[in-house]
Amino acid sequence: METLMAFTVGGLFAAAIYMMLRRSIVKLVIGLVLLSNAANLLLFTQAGLLRGAPPLVPEGAMQPAGVVADPLAQALILTAIVIGFGVLAFAVVLIHRAYEVVQADDMDQMKDTDT
Amino acid sequence: MLLAVLSGFLIAAVAPWVHRGLGRHSGWALAALPAVLFIYFASFLPALREADGGRIIMEYDWIPSLGIQLTFLVDGLSLLFALLISGIGFFVVAYAGRYLEGHRDLGRFYVLILAFMASMLGLVLSSNLISLFVFWELTSITSYLLIGYNHEDAKARKSALQGLFVTVAGGLALLTGLVMMALVGGSYELHELLTSGDIFREHDWYLAILLLVLLGCFTKSAQYPFHFWLPNAMAAPTPVSAYLHSATMVKAGVYLMARLNPSLGGTEAWMLLLGLFGAVTMFVGIFLSLRSTGVKQVLAYSTVMALGTLTMLIGVGTETAMLAAMAFLLAHSLYKGALFLVAGILDHEAGCKDFLQTGGLRRALPVTTVFAGLAALSLAGVLPMFGFVAKELLFEAVLEAPALAGLFSVLAVISAVMVVAVAAIVGIRPWYGPRADTPKVPAHEAPPALLAGPVVLASLGLLFGLGAGLVDQGLIAWAAAAVYGAPVSPYLSLWHGFNLPLLLSGVSLALGLLLYLNWERFRRVTGFMEVVNRYGPEAAYEKTMAGMVWLSEWQTRVLQNGYLRYYLLTILISTVGLVMVTLLTRTDVHIDLDLSGILVHEAFIVAVLLMAALVSVTTRSRLGAVASLGVVGFCVALIYVLFSAADVGITQVLVETLTVIMLVLVLFRLPGFLGLTPMVLRVRDAIIALAVGAMMAVLKLAASTTQYADSISAYFIQESQPSGYGRNIVNVILVDFRALDTLGEIVVLALAAVGVYAMIKFRAEDRRR
Repeated sequence: METLMAFTVGGLFAAAIYMMLRRSIVKLVIGLVLLSNAANLLLFTQAGLLRGAPPLVPEGAMQPAGVVADPLAQALILTAIVIGFGVLAFAVVLIHRAYEVVQADDMDQMKDTDT
Repeated sequence: MLLAVLSGFLIAAVAPWVHRGLGRHSGWALAALPAVLFIYFASFLPALREADGGRIIMEYDWIPSLGIQLTFLVDGLSLLFALLISGIGFFVVAYAGRYLEGHRDLGRFYVLILAFMASMLGLVLSSNLISLFVFWELTSITSYLLIGYNHEDAKARKSALQGLFVTVAGGLALLTGLVMMALVGGSYELHELLTSGDIFREHDWYLAILLLVLLGCFTKSAQYPFHFWLPNAMAAPTPVSAYLHSATMVKAGVYLMARLNPSLGGTEAWMLLLGLFGAVTMFVGIFLSLRSTGVKQVLAYSTVMALGTLTMLIGVGTETAMLAAMAFLLAHSLYKGALFLVAGILDHEAGCKDFLQTGGLRRALPVTTVFAGLAALSLAGVLPMFGFVAKELLFEAVLEAPALAGLFSVLAVISAVMVVAVAAIVGIRPWYGPRADTPKVPAHEAPPALLAGPVVLASLGLLFGLGAGLVDQGLIAWAAAAVYGAPVSPYLSLWHGFNLPLLLSGVSLALGLLLYLNWERFRRVTGFMEVVNRYGPEAAYEKTMAGMVWLSEWQTRVLQNGYLRYYLLTILISTVGLVMVTLLTRTDVHIDLDLSGILVHEAFIVAVLLMAALVSVTTRSRLGAVASLGVVGFCVALIYVLFSAADVGITQVLVETLTVIMLVLVLFRLPGFLGLTPMVLRVRDAIIALAVGAMMAVLKLAASTTQYADSISAYFIQESQPSGYGRNIVNVILVDFRALDTLGEIVVLALAAVGVYAMIKFRAEDRRR
């Protein structure tokens, strides 16, 4: 399964990079969303994939029964997802603002500091 | 000793207030510091005789963790320099107080000149290579600030920058050379390195070390072809020229060559490099001196001559040559210091900056006339001045040189002839003959503060000449021994009898005077030099600087082009290239292509995910792109859930929903997709994107077979319930074990929220307006 996931992650990265290389700023944002998904998935796979073993401690016990999935990677990804969303929200509003000022979706028209 | 070296910096820090408090007497007050230091250093003279090997070592901890110590080494050589620096420093500081009286930046001048003096003392007394280098660079920086003292003058700024670039570029080479020396010698301490000469001379790095160190020394000591910065540095106020550019800083390079002679000297390369560069510098310097007419230019070029002579003598390397070098160094510092201070008096009292403007000033400035003449006699090397003693030794040393004696002797004699002519220009021209129309008519003789330096320094030139043997036994022989690396028997004397050096001395005097009488014809005949100058080293320097500006403009234009995608391309291509090369050539990667154990529904999810990603990339409809983006996100959420990450899955679903809604709401106010890029570029981008994707996949595969350290998760799993009182381990990590991370996350979200709010709010206000 990890081999398959490696190719999935690679595919997501490729899609993200391609979108980030476009001139349209909307496509850049789509690329960013894909990129954060790709990175999270990479982190998740790297911690090891386990089916049906959530990192939970059964009621009354002190330790989980048997092997569980890596909780640290999950905590990190959780943080990353939320921060990614914050950054995305900011970027989207910023782009919208920039469009109002520049009246263009083309980044080549935004490269000068004076409008 | 630490206090003695650092006191200059300490006093410099309070100098502006001293100046403000004492007004016109501040010069004398601050000159007390060099005077006290002079006495302190002089007190080492008797101790030096008793010390083991003629050197005293003092150690202070500086950065103990790095093994860097502040070690000071006192021997004949460093003491000779320290005495010159503090002694001439006394007269210069006192002189500056009067010379720059009323200048609004005089307080700053004191700060700089005292800081410079302290740096110079540190340089000649340091025994640690690192601290030596730090002081070396400090002299470059303070000198830069002093040359650019009249910072409103564009020429002064340019000259200051030129001096800085040339000396600091050499300084970089020097640092490399010194570090290599330390690696070879196994120590950063000079007193340990100096006794291990053969290690260096037989090492493979010898030539590299030699070239790097000499580059530093040659630039600092203005050896040809780096000589051009020195005359330009005359943009500094005259006391600075007298101090830095004749007596002290420019001799730092000479000092270092002399200091390292026991370690690096004695080889053929050393002899040829120093001898030839020194001899050429000597000749070029005095030739250009005689071609100049500006008072300070003539003196500056003759300083270049002196530096060349010293370098040549160190290169010759015999016992006599070392004695000659040290005697010449002392003689030169005395008469050149005096003459520069006289040049300052000429400017201050009569407004003359050019010898052609001067003449017949002896009635107005009688005392100056006498002592300028005395210093000029020492420069010319006339009996019984100390300059004569030095000159005779110089002739003797080059006549006995182990190699190239003929070339050195011829150049030395020709130079000596021109030196006599220069001495006559300085010592006769301004004072005798018909009264010239000077820009300012001198109303009175120069005040005592201005006269003290020339009077004392010129008189010392005479006294040392008469007591040459005493000076020799007192200091010069010790200094020469430190350079030579073995004891040197005192040899200096005013009268060595009738011999070849005396004959050469006499011939040079006669020819020199003849040359002086034909000075104007000499300048006319050598007018062709102007053409040569246009293609000289200074022109090369200008070209280099212009080239550097052009290069940086070009690379800024190319690299900082303002297109995000080119920045990305640069970063991505370098990353892929470097990572793949390293992965394939440096590591023994093992890739395990194991496709077993995949369940059908998992394969289905992955297939949908990749399809959706492809659609979002290729579609021309915005709604289609956003919708497929949502599909990608939900597929990722499913993968989280399937592989035991329920919390992550839930969060992903929530965030993905919000993302899609937000994109639909906001992006649909923007125009639709345009086909902005031609097909060729899209194919290029696709190839690069696929390369990045492939690299990530390979990295992932390579990484899953490698584990460098144990996971730290075990601790969290074990302690979640006992210490964190929570059964959901992920949640316990977020709010307990790694609570600070979560706080940081909240701060980021809050900032983003503030930013979003602000942008929406301001837009509303813009509209209202």
